[in-house]
Amino acid sequence: MPLEQISRRLRGLGPAVGLVALCLLATFLNSDFATVDNALNVLTRSTFTGIIAVGMCFVIVGGGIDLSVGSMAALIAGCVILLMNSLGAHGVAPGLAVAAGASGAVLIGSLLGFAHGWLITRGRIEPFIVTLGTLGIFRAVLTWLADGGAITLDNDLADAYAPVYYGALLGVPIPIWVFAAVALAAGAVLQRTAYGRHVQAIGSNEQVARYAAVDVDAVKLCSYVVLGAMVGVATLLYVPRLGSASPTTGLLWELEAIAAVIIGGTALKGGSGSIAGTVVGALLLSVIGNVLNLTSFISIHLNAAVQGAVIIAVAFMQRKNKR
Amino acid sequence: MQTLAFHAIDKSFGPVPVLHKVSFELAAGSAVGLLGENGAGKSTLMKILAGYEVPSGGELRLDGAAVRFAGPRAAEAAGIAMIHQEFALAEALTIAQNIYLGHELKRRGGWLDDDAMRAATAQLLQQVGLACSPDLPVRALSLAEKQRVEIAKALQRRAHVLVMDEPTATLTPTEAEKLFELIAQLKADGVTLIYISHKLEEIERLTDEIIVMRDGRFVNRAPTASLSRAQMASLMVGRELSDLFPPKTPRPSAESLLRVQRLSVPGWAEDVSFNVAPGEILGFAGLVGAGRTELFEGLVGLRESRAERIEIAGHAVNIKSPREAANLGLTYLSEDRKGKGLHLDFGLAQNLTLMMLPRWLRPAEEEAALARAVEDFGIRAASLGARAGSLSGGNQQKLALAKVLHPAPRIVVLDEPTRGVDVGAKRELYGLIQRLAAQGLAVIVVSSELMELIGLCHRIAVLRAGRLQTVVEADSATEELLIAHATGTN
Repeated sequence: MPLEQISRRLRGLGPAVGLVALCLLATFLNSDFATVDNALNVLTRSTFTGIIAVGMCFVIVGGGIDLSVGSMAALIAGCVILLMNSLGAHGVAPGLAVAAGASGAVLIGSLLGFAHGWLITRGRIEPFIVTLGTLGIFRAVLTWLADGGAITLDNDLADAYAPVYYGALLGVPIPIWVFAAVALAAGAVLQRTAYGRHVQAIGSNEQVARYAAVDVDAVKLCSYVVLGAMVGVATLLYVPRLGSASPTTGLLWELEAIAAVIIGGTALKGGSGSIAGTVVGALLLSVIGNVLNLTSFISIHLNAAVQGAVIIAVAFMQRKNKR
Repeated sequence: MQTLAFHAIDKSFGPVPVLHKVSFELAAGSAVGLLGENGAGKSTLMKILAGYEVPSGGELRLDGAAVRFAGPRAAEAAGIAMIHQEFALAEALTIAQNIYLGHELKRRGGWLDDDAMRAATAQLLQQVGLACSPDLPVRALSLAEKQRVEIAKALQRRAHVLVMDEPTATLTPTEAEKLFELIAQLKADGVTLIYISHKLEEIERLTDEIIVMRDGRFVNRAPTASLSRAQMASLMVGRELSDLFPPKTPRPSAESLLRVQRLSVPGWAEDVSFNVAPGEILGFAGLVGAGRTELFEGLVGLRESRAERIEIAGHAVNIKSPREAANLGLTYLSEDRKGKGLHLDFGLAQNLTLMMLPRWLRPAEEEAALARAVEDFGIRAASLGARAGSLSGGNQQKLALAKVLHPAPRIVVLDEPTRGVDVGAKRELYGLIQRLAAQGLAVIVVSSELMELIGLCHRIAVLRAGRLQTVVEADSATEELLIAHATGTN
């Protein structure tokens, strides 16, 4: 039915419409909002949880969840800083050490994701439980490695690494390019490959997928590896920003990433979802923080409260759209 | 004692009408058999009676007064109870707690009166012939015992109209015999009984009168004694059986395509051997719980299984997953269309192609495949962009069939391929299955409808308690013979 399809399309556009409306409102309230500098700033800030949200989208569409991504980012950050410092101390050139650290981040993330996927598929443990456990484990290990303080990147390494976050290509900061590339690739995989279709099939009804000869365990496991790799990518962009990892690194990122996915129109029970929506969700959350910073109507301390209200409002609208 | 009347009952689920102006009246204390094929509307009508569904039109009358039940509790209060195929018992609670669930006896101050409930339950259990403690958790009971608890529950509610939907489907012959004794006793006590079963000999034995439904309509009623089983069967189907099934192709003489030697599925099937030739339709009969579904789930790697040897086209194979089975040209259509067969919230094309997708999707090809399947299988949908869940049962089943045939298998296992579809769709499905065989596929049909197996297959294998009893030529098979093998009473 064309009417049904049109209404489905429109529903998909809801978050984007909200984002545009919010931007217009912000422009009206504060002339500093609609500047190139501010736009790039907002976009760059959104890349960390945005990239993680893209990976989270696969996991959630596939009917899973990962609560550990914030802790995982902290642990990866700590590990790669230690790795780079140790390489630097052994006389490896800073550029090379940074390259090793950056690829190490993706590798460690993938391995941790694999561990999640393995426990969930082979161990037959609920993803909520597995990742609730690792949420604690990852952050505790980082705290222990940092001895309760911070792990800091050595100065010469920090200088060599800085361009990855602060550098720009054609006037656009590197993290934004990476976010865009990741989102485009992920969108293509989710919508245009057998793998993406299988993820949706499993999230929609795992039994039906199993009976349709889909290798459910492999597809699920892979979605956690993808998410782990995305956490690695987010972390490798984040490390040069502050050059250190502490027990508060990546705190509550899991909630922001999950919120971005949900705001983007993906149902928490899985089955269908969109990368574009997820990107919009991540931007929306980031813009909310920015607007609160630039205006004085609502205290910035209430940022999380506003985000929370948006999440509930979006869920409410999705509920009304169901029969 | 009350007379019970259905007056012009209509019922639609969304746009799909399932009951059309059903009217009939039952005298108090009568025992009627409600006959009809799957999808004839019997269960829906009974759910309306028991308060689970609200009619879209018409009304129920008790002693001439219209009644409208807001829910099962209201129906219970009016003395109507239904014993379901699946029991509505809370497994973790005790028998007494289950029987009084929602009707708990209370002492002053609102505290539960467990002593009174236990004592009354003990008495009810004695009445239904169940010799166990009211404190036993329901989880510990066998299916037959749970059924008795359900009946005891109905008695506690002082039900004088009792609906039983396929009560013997999961019982052994001895358990069924005990149930019949209990039913006779209930009849003697004046309970009005509505009995649904596809086992015609039970209908003959237990009921005074039969009422036949077909395609959601009341068709006929007659004293049970005045009809033979064959007459009952053709009343249900509404035409001679020969009209329903396309003419069979002769049984092919080719080499077997699939040879299975001593296949076992732990807990379900033991040492089952059979083979199927290209162009042949092999049926599998058996009671519910005989292990037919599990046997084939084991064969295609959905369950753990072991076999002495499995050959496809002369090559020994070792199938560990449905993926491997599909790659070898063997696919399986599940009996559970909604839970295992189709993604109801997906589009038609996404359902159709799921078993065999290229690494990079090609939407245009998927659309083309759907257009072909719609043509080939006669799938009727409001639009090609519709969701699978919006199709009628028969069209969903055709889509599910098209889906397992999409990978172009050489061998296909169809488990209850016509479950819950109307007679018209059944006929079409039989034609499609016959055509598959004519195209040279080896087809295995698992079915609980014996007439279907006899009308469709070349040979019929009978499974009982996980073991292969016999394989008979369909031309020489009768329902009685198959039931005898399936129940071990031959």
